[in-house]
Amino acid sequence: MRFMMLMIPKGYESATPGTLPDAEGVARMMKYNESLQKAGVLLALDGLHPPSMGARVSFEGGKPKVRDGPFAEAKEVLGGYWMIQVKSKEEAVAWASRCPAGPNEVIEIRQVQEFADFPPDVQQAAAGLPEMQLSRGGT
Amino acid sequence: MTASATHKAIDAVFRIESAKIIASVARMVRDVGLAEELAQDALVAALETWPASGVPDNPGAWLMTTAKNRALDRLRQRKLHAEKEDELTREIEQLLADAMPRVDAALDDDIGDDLLRLVFTACHPVLSTEARVALTLRLLGGLTTDEIARAFLVPESTIAQRIVRAKRTLAEARVPFEVPRTAELAERLSSVLEVVYLVFNEGYSATSGEHWVRPTLCEDALRLGRILAQLTPREPEVHGLVALMEIQASRLAARIGPKGEPILLLDQNRARWDQLLIGRGLAALERAEAQGGALGPYALQAAIAACHARALAAADTDWSRIAALYDALAALTPSPVVELNRAVAVAMAFGPAAGLSIVDKLAGEPALKGYHLLPSVRADLLAKLGRDEEACAEFKRAADLTRNERERALLLGRAAACAKGTRQ
Repeated sequence: MRFMMLMIPKGYESATPGTLPDAEGVARMMKYNESLQKAGVLLALDGLHPPSMGARVSFEGGKPKVRDGPFAEAKEVLGGYWMIQVKSKEEAVAWASRCPAGPNEVIEIRQVQEFADFPPDVQQAAAGLPEMQLSRGGT
Repeated sequence: MTASATHKAIDAVFRIESAKIIASVARMVRDVGLAEELAQDALVAALETWPASGVPDNPGAWLMTTAKNRALDRLRQRKLHAEKEDELTREIEQLLADAMPRVDAALDDDIGDDLLRLVFTACHPVLSTEARVALTLRLLGGLTTDEIARAFLVPESTIAQRIVRAKRTLAEARVPFEVPRTAELAERLSSVLEVVYLVFNEGYSATSGEHWVRPTLCEDALRLGRILAQLTPREPEVHGLVALMEIQASRLAARIGPKGEPILLLDQNRARWDQLLIGRGLAALERAEAQGGALGPYALQAAIAACHARALAAADTDWSRIAALYDALAALTPSPVVELNRAVAVAMAFGPAAGLSIVDKLAGEPALKGYHLLPSVRADLLAKLGRDEEACAEFKRAADLTRNERERALLLGRAAACAKGTRQ
């Protein structure tokens, strides 16, 4: 089963554009990433630029409305994620517990939905969804 | 945390750590069987202590230190017993002298070498293939005997016995705990890769049972392959095998229909192929090719799988490239099964008649006697040529030969379709 480990750094919601982790922090995290890779559990990972460089599209009233970041209402935002493949939620928790995260960081663990998790009628309804994934291109 | 939650947490930590612990301890005691026992002892100690004391901050280090200390105790005991035999005593003293500094080594220390020694020991040629598979999943995959038994649909006692016997064989043959020397490395590595791919294939097209695929086994094999690629980054065939498994695994969800029936490659909804795994597979294939391994048997198979992965629709498949890759594979590892696959590719690239002429040459092949895919492929080509009556008979023959229930149903369905004269 796959899990996403979502990194939520407190304060990142108001980080200025171009904020990047320092060399020491990156080196520490690289060692952790390497341990995930050596254990054969890491599928993908990415760090995300702060919300001040992003945008939000809301759909109030059924119409898309775009606002550039930062977002005053956001209390916690993502700083990055890992996608791992493990045997159980407990194993995902054990991996997250090893992360050299700071005192103001939280990792949320969420299981990735698999097609087989859905009952047949939902599977049918979701048949178009993976085609959108495909259109991401031939990575 | 409740007691059962703590137990689950301990199991999870142990799964992550067990291979490293067994590898490090085996390096100390030079016996993987004993090393596994000592790792189990550390697990039992954790199960006794942690529910009351809580999970320690660095649970992996706790388990490792506990196991290493027990290894030292064991060596000291052995020394006491061996005191009368000079040679044995000297041997144990040497082991102790080597082992002492290892006890204090930090957990983060690179134990890649020890893990690699464990890989080669678990896949040692002195063991039967079955034993290698069981031991590899147990020692490196961190699976319990029960999990292995369930994966291979055999009683737990069978796997437990197989593992006990394998450990005894290794001890009796005094198999050294080491990475083979350069001269034997290629052959020994290919035996390791064979074990990993065998596990994968058992998950990918289950040879028995009512399910067509057992994805968990594929995941176990992929994890082993990814670990191996980290341990031997300069071995192109390891990347080739990882590429092959990643790309094949990308189709797992698309290979099963709503009723659990198999869906063949060209009929699959490619939108359901896992692009994350395809991307990983293509990257691994690039690594294999960049290291000059494009013509290795696994890299070639991965390159074939990659041709399918790159085609957005079945009709876009580059069949002449696939046929050329099969030519290379057939030249490198000639086998009736490769020839049969080549026939399929040639048929797609140059027409069913061209494929059928290759298949017909395989008719009397003893290695394919009882292999359901021979009549199945032949039937498919005959059907495409409009020879429905012959096709129907061949589909039925294939259905009789397969051991997989789902596949049998599929083949009988095609036989019935031919009988009606409706070509598929």
